[in-house]
Amino acid sequence: MLQVGPARKVYDVCIVGSGAGGGTAAKVLTEGGLNVVMLEAGPRLDPDKDFKEHMWPYQLPHRGVGVGGRQRGIGDEFMAPNGFWEIQGEPYTVANGSAFRWFRSRIEGGRTNHWGRIALRFGPADFRAHSTDGMGDDWPITYEELAPYYDKVESYIGVFGTKENVPNSPDGIFQAPPRPRCTETLVKKACDQLHITCIPSRLAILTKELNGRDPCHYCAQCGRGCRSASNFSSSQVMIPPAVKTGRLTMIANAMAREILIGQNGKAEAVSYVDKSTKTEQRVYAKTVVVAASACESARLLLNSKSAQFPNGIANGSGVVGRYLTDSAGSDLVGHFPQLEKMPAHNHDGVGGMHLYMPWWRFGQKNEFLRGYHIEFGGGRNMPGVGEFDYVCEAQEGYGAALKQKCRSVYGSFIGFSGRGEMIPNENCFCELDPEVKDQWGIPVLRFHWKWGENELKMASDMQETFRSIIETAGGRVVVGARRHSKPSGDVQQQSSTISTGGAIIHELGAVRMGNDARSSALNGHCQAHEVKNLFVADAAPFVTNPDKNPTLTIMALAWRTSEYLLEQAKKMEL
Amino acid sequence: MSTDSVTRRAVLKSLMVGTVAGSVMRAIPLEAAEHAHHIIEAEKEIAGAYTPKYFPAASYKMIQTLCETIIPADAEAGGAVEAGAPEFIDLLTSENEEYQTTLGGGLKWLDEACEMRYSKRYMECLQEQQIEILDLIAYRKNAEKDERLTRAVEFFSLLRNMTADGFFTSKIGIKYLGYKGNTFLTHFSGCPPLLGL
Repeated sequence: MLQVGPARKVYDVCIVGSGAGGGTAAKVLTEGGLNVVMLEAGPRLDPDKDFKEHMWPYQLPHRGVGVGGRQRGIGDEFMAPNGFWEIQGEPYTVANGSAFRWFRSRIEGGRTNHWGRIALRFGPADFRAHSTDGMGDDWPITYEELAPYYDKVESYIGVFGTKENVPNSPDGIFQAPPRPRCTETLVKKACDQLHITCIPSRLAILTKELNGRDPCHYCAQCGRGCRSASNFSSSQVMIPPAVKTGRLTMIANAMAREILIGQNGKAEAVSYVDKSTKTEQRVYAKTVVVAASACESARLLLNSKSAQFPNGIANGSGVVGRYLTDSAGSDLVGHFPQLEKMPAHNHDGVGGMHLYMPWWRFGQKNEFLRGYHIEFGGGRNMPGVGEFDYVCEAQEGYGAALKQKCRSVYGSFIGFSGRGEMIPNENCFCELDPEVKDQWGIPVLRFHWKWGENELKMASDMQETFRSIIETAGGRVVVGARRHSKPSGDVQQQSSTISTGGAIIHELGAVRMGNDARSSALNGHCQAHEVKNLFVADAAPFVTNPDKNPTLTIMALAWRTSEYLLEQAKKMEL
Repeated sequence: MSTDSVTRRAVLKSLMVGTVAGSVMRAIPLEAAEHAHHIIEAEKEIAGAYTPKYFPAASYKMIQTLCETIIPADAEAGGAVEAGAPEFIDLLTSENEEYQTTLGGGLKWLDEACEMRYSKRYMECLQEQQIEILDLIAYRKNAEKDERLTRAVEFFSLLRNMTADGFFTSKIGIKYLGYKGNTFLTHFSGCPPLLGL
């Protein structure tokens, strides 16, 4: 007997992913009046339950390193739920001869729950790379077009910093920065002597109340998650206002499988696996915004095959998965004997550096193109497991002498990390693995990776710079030491100087934008050239990967994309 | 945004008042965790000694002795045993095969080496004898001279790292280092004015 079911629910927009890009889109679109459904591959976040802010290591039986002592660095027990280097049942593969690491989130808020809060604007030249030095491509948009959205994002999320007029590192709308720690005062003096620009860092952490969020209370534990939301995360700052509109439906534990095409050639629905019931579901929407993180977004498009798009939706150009980049990273640690004499004092500050070095040789003739910035940290941090490995190895022996040595050198190490721009090259891309599927039957990504000459030269230059800063500051380069501050990525040295691809967790560019539909998947509004109601709102659309960390630009671009989407929706153009 | 959770001001207020009410207890993980920690400590005292999860009683005693030798108590602070390092090492080892091989093998080597040299197991040796044998494996250069010591040196190196981890992440270890943070501050005053910096 024919039954008339309830009318199929069709949302205005389906957003895939709840991180920096998805969260921003959800806020702007729901506040603009649209009904939004959001698919998140992980669970909801509950800060009261999930955050370990202010806990001491001895309050956890494993002291923070988890079962078998295996949870280290970015995955330790203290970190806010953020993601994993390896996910059980959801592998990725790496082609022979390549090395690549992929950090993936499966949690509301994505990687914004743990990120370093480094909030740097890209500069005018970063959007005009090809016009500036002949390599790579220009963006289809300019800095001036994106600047108003940087303003909006900074005003809303809160970023501290100072107006400095550093060439190609634009100033933003800033709260006052915190005062430097001793380690930072020491390094800045050396930088001044070496004519290396060293200025207050620009972090998305409040030093003043903003929209009901309390200012920072200086416990240095941003990575653990902040219950007062004094730092920015999508889960605590973007999702709540979207929820408040009553127009956001969040579906957690929903692993997107495929974007489905309707008879009119437009995206019509997203099919997903409900991980909690292990059932296939689908949601219908008039518009789809993909913000699953650059490579997951590329994977979703590649997996959305149809007669119209045999190589994946919106991939007539074949560029989806191509132009993949990560920041080039390099690290060095110095030991500073003068810090051993520091009396005990509270060194915590915010969860991140108070000073940093923006690229200070912009426009000069260098050994390589583009540039890098320097992050650094160390000093009298909360002690953690692994902290004294280096001292134990250097001192050896045992007994009172070892105990005293550990105390005397505690807090006297500073680690330096360079983050440099990578120029896209044809050897770096991801594609669907022809054989391997994840536990949901979804084909996985296979990565190909090879750093270019420019990045290798840049990494050597970083090492030289770190060495000269350390020595000028009266320190000594430490060989084989771990960083004493929480690293912003688990840097695994591939060569002696450069990080493994993906390890800095700035992988982006796999669904790039451009004016030419033959060499790009998206137009200047991050809208698919071939499917007008499909947008990408994470770092996948980026044309270049400047040394500036991508998150602020993800949000500015997602905000701009969302406003465009709203306009089009009003005009019924989608 | 935390409209329904405790704000920093509320935390500061409750800390200043000095009374931690039940509702605040629920909301402040620091306080709650501290409270839970005290309960566990008290229970431990009632229940008596820790029951090792991995090491047999005799091996666990050796681990305890070695831990205390690596980081001993002194006039300023307790040592690795008071800091709970043996419990921490036992727990991690129970879950990690690599640690089981290295630490288990090392303890066995120590006993065998002592049997050969002194016709006694490590724990029965005189203090001078224990020192003599540990001095052999506490330095890499000895393994460079005599390759047969390589694994024993690796064992001691791992145990030393884990003992330091257990001690310096404990309450007494953190106090001994003079770490002053993990607090709620209304402003951060930066580097204190000091000579030379």
